[in-house]
Amino acid sequence: MNRHTLSVLVEDKPGVLARVSGLFARRMFNIDSLAVGPTEISGISRITIVLDAEKQVLEQVTKQLNKLIHVLKIVELPAETSVQRDHIMIKVRADAQARLQVTQAADLFRASIVDVSPESVVIEATGSAEKLGALLDVLAPFGIREIVRAGTLGLSRGPRSMSEKATRH
Amino acid sequence: MTTGNSTSPHESSSSQPSNQQETITAGSAEPIRMTGSQAIVRSLELLGVTDIFGLPGGAILPTYDPLFDSEKLNHILVRHEQGAGHAAQGYAIATGNVGVCIATSGPGATNLLTPLADANMDSVPMVAITGQVASSVIGTDAFQEADIVGMTMPITKHSFMVRDAQEIPRCIATAFHIARTGRPGPVLVDITKDAQQGMMDFTWPPKTEVRGYKPVTQGHIKQIREAARLIAEAQRPVFYVGGGLTKANASEELMSLAETIKAPVVTTLTARGAFPDSHEQNLGMPGMHGTVPAVTALQKSDLLITLGARFDDRVTGVLDSFAPGAKVIHIDIDPAEISKNRYADVPIVGDLKNVLPDLAEILAKDYSNSLPDLSGWWTYLNKIRTDYPLGYVKTEDGLGSPQYVLERISALTGPDAIYVSGVGQHQMWSAHFIKHEKPRHFINSAGLGTMGYSVPAAMGAQVGEPEKVVWAIDGDGCFQMTNQELATCVQNNIPIKVAIINNSSLGMVRQWQNLFYDGRYSNTHLKTGHGTERIPDFVKLAEAYGCAALRCESDDDVDDTIRQALEINDRPVVVDFTVSPDAMVWPMVPAGVSNDLIQIAKNTSPDFGDAA
Repeated sequence: MNRHTLSVLVEDKPGVLARVSGLFARRMFNIDSLAVGPTEISGISRITIVLDAEKQVLEQVTKQLNKLIHVLKIVELPAETSVQRDHIMIKVRADAQARLQVTQAADLFRASIVDVSPESVVIEATGSAEKLGALLDVLAPFGIREIVRAGTLGLSRGPRSMSEKATRH
Repeated sequence: MTTGNSTSPHESSSSQPSNQQETITAGSAEPIRMTGSQAIVRSLELLGVTDIFGLPGGAILPTYDPLFDSEKLNHILVRHEQGAGHAAQGYAIATGNVGVCIATSGPGATNLLTPLADANMDSVPMVAITGQVASSVIGTDAFQEADIVGMTMPITKHSFMVRDAQEIPRCIATAFHIARTGRPGPVLVDITKDAQQGMMDFTWPPKTEVRGYKPVTQGHIKQIREAARLIAEAQRPVFYVGGGLTKANASEELMSLAETIKAPVVTTLTARGAFPDSHEQNLGMPGMHGTVPAVTALQKSDLLITLGARFDDRVTGVLDSFAPGAKVIHIDIDPAEISKNRYADVPIVGDLKNVLPDLAEILAKDYSNSLPDLSGWWTYLNKIRTDYPLGYVKTEDGLGSPQYVLERISALTGPDAIYVSGVGQHQMWSAHFIKHEKPRHFINSAGLGTMGYSVPAAMGAQVGEPEKVVWAIDGDGCFQMTNQELATCVQNNIPIKVAIINNSSLGMVRQWQNLFYDGRYSNTHLKTGHGTERIPDFVKLAEAYGCAALRCESDDDVDDTIRQALEINDRPVVVDFTVSPDAMVWPMVPAGVSNDLIQIAKNTSPDFGDAA
C-alpha cells in the first residue's frame, strides 16, 4: 500500500486546477482522488490529492508541484496524524418493504437519509474510504441506483495550520 | 554567507545575469494615462529590452502601433513566428539576457509552440507576448482564437492571461523576473485585444513579488561539507557539467575548483565551451555520441560531481548501468532535477555561482593537504585518450568529409565566433570538431532536438552580438525548415554565415537506417547534394534572398571557401558544403544499451583495460 495524501495550498487563480491536473497527467502520476475548495483565507484554495506512488515518485510529484508558480505549500498528511474523510451520496432501491432495513443499515454507519421516494432513498455518508466501502457492500443487495462521491478531504490533527506560515509575508 | 537550508529561500543571487534588464529604471511616480498597448511598449523599454522578434496580426495590431514609434525597441520582422521564437532563444543564450518574441493570436501563437517547448527543455530565459481575441469573445471559437495559455502550460515555466490593461506592467515585469531567475525558462504573456486598447494608469516599477516563487540560491552548508568530504575520499572523481553551469555564469568558478581537485571534466551538449576544450582536464562530451574518454570516465568513476546537469537519457544510456560505481554529488538550482533520474547521495540546491565558491572554500580550509592523488586515474584515462581520440576516416565514395569542414571552420574562424547548429549529424560533428573554448559560444537545440533551429537562432545570436562572427552550422534537412529567415537577415543587415553540411539526406535518420534497419533508406533522401537534381539548389536559393552564396564540393576547396565566406560581412553568406551521405557520427552508443557498449566504428568497441 503506497497511498499518500497531499494537501496543497494554491493561489486561487484561473487555470490553477488545470496546471495541477495537467502536471499529473503528463508526468504519468496516478491520482486516486482530488478535491479542491476555498480556505479560511480569501484568494487561497486547498487541494487534497490522494495518490498511489512509491517514495521516489512521491518526492518527484511534490517537487514538480512546487515548481508551479501558484503552488504555495505542500504537506503530506500521514494517516496516523491526520483526519481523512470521504463523502458519498448513494441512491438505493427501497420500496415500503425494504425501507426499514435500508434505514437501519444507514443508521449503523451513522449515515443520513436525505431523500425518500416510494421506490428509493438517498443516503449521505462521510467517513474513511474503508467505512464507505463497507456501507456500499451492505447496501448492494438492495440495489444501488447511482452514487456520487467527492475526493478525500484531510486535515492534520492538533492545533497547527498549514496555511498560517505559507501565507505570512 | 548564511547557513541557509532548502526551506529558507534566499531571493537575491549574484549570478542571475547582470544584464541591462536587471536594472529597472526608476519610472515616474505620477501615474501616466495611456493605452494598454503603450504600456506594453513602455514596460519593455523600462525593462531594458532593446531587441524583439515578431510578426504582427489582428489581435496584436494595437501594440504594433506604439511599437512603430519606440526609439528604444528594435523590432525585427520575421517571416514565420517559429523564427521569432528561436531568434529570441539564440539571442538569450548568446547574451544572457531575456529573449523576447511577439506574435498574434491563434496561428501566430501556435507557431511559437516549438520554440517555447525548446526553451523549456533547455532552460532558456525567454518572454513571448501574444495577442489574444477580445475578452468578450473568448470561448466562442472566434476568428484566430486559440487557448494558448492552456496549450503552453506543459511547455512554459509560467504563463499569464491579461484581460485588464491595468495589469500589463505587473504581468510583463513578473514574466521577466520568472524567466531569468531560478532555473531560467520561457514565460508567455497572452494579452487580449481589449486590454491592449483599454486605458490604464502607468506607474513603474510594478510589484513583481510572487508568493509561490522563491528560488533557493544558497546551498545548504552541511551538504556542501559532505560534498567536500566525498571529494576528499574519491579516487576516480569526474566533473559532469551541464548547461546549468553556463546559465549560472559559473565557468570561472568551475575552472578554479577543477584545477584544485584536478579531476577530469566532461561537458554535455549544452555545456560545450563552459570549460575550455584546450584544457588538459577536459575529456569532451559524454553520452550517446560522446567521446570514448568522456564516456569511460563516467562509467568507471567513483564520484560524479554533477553541476547543472540532469542525467538526460542521451547522456546516461540505460540508466541502471550508468556510472554504476559512482556516488553522486548533484548541485542544481532546480530541486526537481535532483534524484529525478539518478539518486543523489549529496543533494545541493542552489546557484552554482554561489555554491562552487563555498565548496572551494571548504576544500581549501579543511582538505588543502589531503586531496587524493589522482595520478593513477589519469594514467588510465590518458591511455584511453591516446588510444581512442576523436577522429574520422574518409568515406569510400571520395566525397567531402563533413567532419573536416567543421574542423576547418573552427580553425579559420576561431573560438570567439558563435556557432549555432541545427539538429542531427551536423550537430554532433559541431559539438566534437569545433574547438569550444568559451561559454555561450555554442548554441543548439539539445533537449527538444528541434530541426530548423539553426538559422533563426543564429540570427538572434547575431542581433545580440553584432560584433561577433556567427556561423549557423546547418544540415540540408534542417535548413529547409526555416531558411525563410534569411529574408529577415537580408532586410535587417544581420550578416550571419550559414554552412550547410549538405549530405543530401536526413543524415542522422539515415545513419540509424544504415545501422539498425539493414540499410533500408526509407524516406531520408532529400536530393539536394552530389549527383542529384538539387531540390532546391541552395546557391540559387540563397542568391534569390540576396545572400552571398558559395558552393564547396571537395575537401581541397574547403579552406578557400571558408576564407571567402569570412571576408563577406555586408550580408548573410550561405555556403553549400556538399559532403558524403555515408559519413557517420562516431563514437556511438546504440539506443537501449549500457554506455559500456560504446562503439568507435560499426561493430567496433574499445578495449577499456582496468580502471585504476
